Amino acid sequence: MIELKQLEKSYGTVQALKGLSLNVPRGSLYGLLGPNGAGKTTTLRILCTLLAPDSGTVSVAGLDALSDPRAVRLELGYVAQEVAIDKILTGRELLQLQGDLYHLRSSDRDERIAELIDRLGMETWIDRRCGTYSGGMRRRIDLASGLLHQPQLLVLDEPTVGLDIESRSAIWQLLRELRANGTTVLLSSHYLEEVEALADRMAIIDDGRVIAEGTPDLLKQQLGGDRVTLRVREFSDASEAEQVRQLLEGVDGVCQVVVNRAQGFSLNLVVESEQVLPRLREQLDGAQLPVFALSHSRPSLDDVYLQATGQTLMDAELAVAGQRDAKLERKKAMR
Amino acid sequence: MISPVATVTTRAAEQDQGPLADLVQETMALTRRLFLQLLRRPSTLIAGILQPLIWLLLFGALFSNAPESLLPGGMSYGRFLGAGVIVFTAFSGALNAGLPVMFDREFGFLNRLLVAPLRSRNSIVFASVIYITSLSLLQSLAIMGTAALLGYGWPGVAGLVLVIFTLLLLVFAFTALSLGLAFALPGHIELIAVIFVANLPLLFASTALAPLSFMPVWLGWLAALNPLTFAIEPIRAAYGGSLDLGAVLLDAPYGSVSGYGCLTVLLVVTIGLFLMIRPLLNRKLA
Repeated sequence: MIELKQLEKSYGTVQALKGLSLNVPRGSLYGLLGPNGAGKTTTLRILCTLLAPDSGTVSVAGLDALSDPRAVRLELGYVAQEVAIDKILTGRELLQLQGDLYHLRSSDRDERIAELIDRLGMETWIDRRCGTYSGGMRRRIDLASGLLHQPQLLVLDEPTVGLDIESRSAIWQLLRELRANGTTVLLSSHYLEEVEALADRMAIIDDGRVIAEGTPDLLKQQLGGDRVTLRVREFSDASEAEQVRQLLEGVDGVCQVVVNRAQGFSLNLVVESEQVLPRLREQLDGAQLPVFALSHSRPSLDDVYLQATGQTLMDAELAVAGQRDAKLERKKAMR
Repeated sequence: MISPVATVTTRAAEQDQGPLADLVQETMALTRRLFLQLLRRPSTLIAGILQPLIWLLLFGALFSNAPESLLPGGMSYGRFLGAGVIVFTAFSGALNAGLPVMFDREFGFLNRLLVAPLRSRNSIVFASVIYITSLSLLQSLAIMGTAALLGYGWPGVAGLVLVIFTLLLLVFAFTALSLGLAFALPGHIELIAVIFVANLPLLFASTALAPLSFMPVWLGWLAALNPLTFAIEPIRAAYGGSLDLGAVLLDAPYGSVSGYGCLTVLLVVTIGLFLMIRPLLNRKLA
């Protein structure tokens, strides 16, 4: 459905995309995961014909988005990250405007609007002005605008950022339903659990490139091993953590031990299987060390991310926070 | 339930209509939005009608005792001023045409329009032109009505046609300029600054408030090159009861300009501005 090849895009001296390639199969619910600033929004803007790449090719539904952007626009619905809404219009007027921009005949348009109002539960407030809407209402109006012309591809940029749990699960439900009905859905997110819960395929984007791609399960399986988090005390110090690390490193079946500073010097272990757990306890008992907490889990997407980039998604987020240049951001968003 | 993908019907619906009908549909929808905004935020409309009336009333009174023999054709100052206020109002309105577009750029609403399969993105420009033109004509009629009530005269039917034709040229020209600025400048603060700086000097350096004969040579030159002057003079002539466009309306330092001359200059300016902003619009709206 979507084929992006070797996309490059720079804003001044900042290189946002460094040869990004992506293949989204028809009918899939596809997740783009990555920290803020990884290039997700730039990728989606290029895909939706809002932005031309410096180099590379963009194909949507077999159409070349660079030479025939209008044909591509007919096939896709785009729900942008920053909700652009006209506060003075009512939700219904906004949807009517949207329908006219897609050249629906007015009877079809109004019928379709009524259908979406019903499906998205907007009856009680659709005739109020958009300026009075909450974040969740705005997002629903935006979803409705994206779906109005029944596109075969729906593209959503961080659709649930800042939403309450109820709105979020309503949106998840809707996206699953769309996929079940044959619509291809591509969403970007920096929430691991969102991609994990929704996507049947995913790509991890970091620093303008795709660094891992596949089904979430496959990506996790490929990592191999299980994950163990261990604390000997509620608050250890660096030297004690280091001592424990050395003690456990030699245990049979332990592949890797990392001290996690951000989590109060807890230890993150990669082990071959859960059979290793009793041996860990034995070793700690032998060294007269207490165990405050010991938990065991299958690899998560965060581990996939950690493996691919060498840092956790949260650390990557923290690293870019405050680094963004407000002027550049505005320039990127404006035409 | 969301009905299954039905792009086939959607596209069929579009093919039914043809490109021209599509263009009309999208332009009307965008124009409708601008008018809904105006009706729900009527302060712009009210201020836009009140302000020129205050000009007419107060500025007209300021020089009401000026000897009539000083003014061309021996008209009263109020009658002289009417044409100036009409043109200045239409000009200011047109100069503000870019503001809604600029806000759409800043708030990202423009992206919503650009991601839609518009037949031509010129429909965004057409909508602004239709909106500003209607608004200017409405304001002008209010001024003309008030001027008539104040005893400053009425141009008559043929004169009215001339007034409207002249205003259309002027409004097209400055709407084009403003839309160009709305895409060239980085934000609304900069756009408002440019409007603010351009507005009053262009008024003072024109024949809106005083005839050329009142001005020192350097200002006379400026006024005789100012596009506003070329709109003011034909309208003033219409108010003077003379519809002979072949007659000399402007004794400029570089020579005499007839009514046809004035309209030709306006036409050239309008076409010139549209050609000038075209590459910019094509780049930003491509």
